[in-house]
Amino acid sequence: MATSSEIRFLNPPTVEVKKKKYCRFKKAGIKYIDYKDPEFLKRFLNEQGKILPRRLTGTSLKFQRKVAQAVKRARHLALLPYVTDLLK
Amino acid sequence: MLRQYETVFILTPVLSDIQMKEAVAKFRDMILADEGEIVYEEDWGLKKLAYPIQKKTTGFYHLIGFKANPEFIQKLELQYRRDERVIRYLTFAMDKHAVAYAEKKHGPAKEDAPIPVKEERSAPKPKVPVLDEDIDIDIEMEEED
Repeated sequence: MATSSEIRFLNPPTVEVKKKKYCRFKKAGIKYIDYKDPEFLKRFLNEQGKILPRRLTGTSLKFQRKVAQAVKRARHLALLPYVTDLLK
Repeated sequence: MLRQYETVFILTPVLSDIQMKEAVAKFRDMILADEGEIVYEEDWGLKKLAYPIQKKTTGFYHLIGFKANPEFIQKLELQYRRDERVIRYLTFAMDKHAVAYAEKKHGPAKEDAPIPVKEERSAPKPKVPVLDEDIDIDIEMEEED
């Protein structure tokens, strides 16, 4: 009969302290996202050039829409690729 | 009613320097001929395209920020489509945030009557980067549970 105090774990259970995500645009007070700056927009893309979801970047909905719009404009102007491998 | 727009077009790389300037001048004159005014202009030169367009891997980029009547945009885009030198174009109607950003980047637009309140702000730097480096740039890729 094992009481709770006698339970031993082989690996100590890791309790993750989650870092709170935030919207960088709200925090920095950026109101306009420039489609002419592909280097900046690359932060919101994965390696295939796909737009990263909000749940990973923490961007608020309002700015996610603006990021998406800016990325699509940049793709149209061939500043960013539509599909690629190893973007970064 | 004038609205502010920004237009970027890509010219084919087969043009010579003079031909390229001529094409740019054509669109610039179009804007001016239609009661528009040019606010700023940027020549990005020959740039590599992220993907081939019409089997070309480079192109001359040119950007014009201008004010024009909304009816003018259709005329301009029609000219873009008819002109074989233009391989890609984008016209973008600027909202107030975009205008503010462009002013910061290119210096305030020359108004007929300069507003004295604007003078109080610190002198705009000629070229302001989009983001300062102190902003956290790491995007966490961790899994959600």
